[in-house]
Amino acid sequence: MNEFAVQHPILAVALPKIVVLLFVLLTALAYLTWFERKVVAHIQARWGPYRVGPHGLLQPLADGVKFLFKEDVTPAGADKFAYFLAPFLALSLAITSIAVIPFGPKEFSVFGQSTPLSITNLNIGLLVLFAITSMGVYGVALAGWSSNSKYPLLGGLRSSAQMVSYELALTMSVVGVILMAGTFNLSEIVNAQQGFHWGFVPRWNLIGWPFPQVLGFLLFFTSAVAETNRAPFDLAEAESELVAGFHTEYASFKFAMFFMAEYASMITVSCLATILFFGGWLSPFPQTPIWAWTHYIPAAAFAAAGLALIVHGVRYITMFGRVVLPVLGLALCGLGVLCGQPGMLDFVQGPFWFLLKIAIFLFIYVWVRGTLPRFRYDQLMGFGWKLLLPLSIVNVVLTSLAIVWTQQ
Amino acid sequence: MTAQIAVFLVLAAVAVAGAISLILQRHPIHSALSLITVMVALAGLYLLQGAEFVAAVQIIVYGGAIMVLFVFVIMLLNAGEEERTNMSSMAHYVGVPLGVVFVIEMAYWIGRATLHMNARASGVVSTRDLSNLLFREYVFPFELTSFLILIALLGALVLARREESE
Repeated sequence: MNEFAVQHPILAVALPKIVVLLFVLLTALAYLTWFERKVVAHIQARWGPYRVGPHGLLQPLADGVKFLFKEDVTPAGADKFAYFLAPFLALSLAITSIAVIPFGPKEFSVFGQSTPLSITNLNIGLLVLFAITSMGVYGVALAGWSSNSKYPLLGGLRSSAQMVSYELALTMSVVGVILMAGTFNLSEIVNAQQGFHWGFVPRWNLIGWPFPQVLGFLLFFTSAVAETNRAPFDLAEAESELVAGFHTEYASFKFAMFFMAEYASMITVSCLATILFFGGWLSPFPQTPIWAWTHYIPAAAFAAAGLALIVHGVRYITMFGRVVLPVLGLALCGLGVLCGQPGMLDFVQGPFWFLLKIAIFLFIYVWVRGTLPRFRYDQLMGFGWKLLLPLSIVNVVLTSLAIVWTQQ
Repeated sequence: MTAQIAVFLVLAAVAVAGAISLILQRHPIHSALSLITVMVALAGLYLLQGAEFVAAVQIIVYGGAIMVLFVFVIMLLNAGEEERTNMSSMAHYVGVPLGVVFVIEMAYWIGRATLHMNARASGVVSTRDLSNLLFREYVFPFELTSFLILIALLGALVLARREESE
């Protein structure tokens, strides 16, 4: 097997990595819908999904099965080719972008081949992400146009105009980070953020030297929310005006593909925000011996979550829940014990902090959706062109000045 | 090396097929989609020759920005299918022979040229090298080009605005 891996690194190493990441990503997508419904429900003082499985944990599964078995209607007069192409384009582009995201600093070995914790490590990783984002408009635009229906057409036009406008601010807002790191490589951008101010405040780009990218981050996250067509910028699917916007005429699994594409781009944007502004996989604690106990945080967090789940699970209202929840809790405890092993201790640091930061961003995404009302269309365009874009240019100029100033 | 040639052949075939489909399609949106395919295939070819930055910019600028505008305008104007006509006699007797001559000439010169099949050979690989060339060595032509584009932009604006003021 090891000889085979040496001869065919793509088949033996890259392919298993892709399959595993795809599996994890699609599961995460499914449970992100559950997470969003739960959080929004609690913001609105409701319970959210509760019936399918304990705490509605099997709801994504039920939804998936439902999507598969719905009738797949193609509207009369639709442009067949573009109508089929649009959801595939949207989903495949959204999923492809995860390939350049690095999840941790350590290498691990597959069949004796050492390989980094990402599908690929490109010198132009950030540019590739923007290239994929810029192509993502077609899924929405084609879906709206090919449905041969007025609401999708209007929704498609709206959202393609919106995505093109906010792409400018999105790209300009990260130029500050690129200037400070001096590279497009995402791993190197993270490595450039190592170190601490005064020994304990992490030098992440958000509060980095020479010019803190606070403005850059706010601009980036705002335009990224708009770019992914999420509330409060979800004018493409404003229910009160456009029924459901560009995917009104889509049913069954093609609709599910748009749905998954939206959540996949949420995950990508959260990854990108973490990498660019919040130090990616870097731990927020210094690596000096006094702080060595922080290495046990992942293990402790998993074990505590597992114990809480067991305690809660044994008193759950249904018999099924009393079995499933403690088992899940035991699994989490096991994960915690595994993370505490001396061999694993170093390896899990990167992925743990990275995933934790992503989870926080995903929560903010849902929080924003549950809190802010939708923009009006002219407000949206004015906001993008007259406020975000000029501010992002100001950020670029100030960052460049600060860098030139400190280099002299 | 063989894998490279195989990838090149696939990308080249996709690019040529996209270009032919661009001309043959009857609906403007389908033509635009074919053009996007050509752009992406070209980006792949650039990548194959080691020009990463150019490849990414090709997709961002042409595949993303410019073609999105094309698609957007076609959607907005709701352009219908084109009608197919017979060739005009002008095209028939002058255009076709000229096209054939052009293809033969191109094939002859490309066949004779010694091409640098790799961007690494020319020494311009990274984004840094490219920006050094653009902003140091060729800064004057570069700025002049942007000035030309600005003039074209203003000209288009003046032409489009004239009707309103009258």
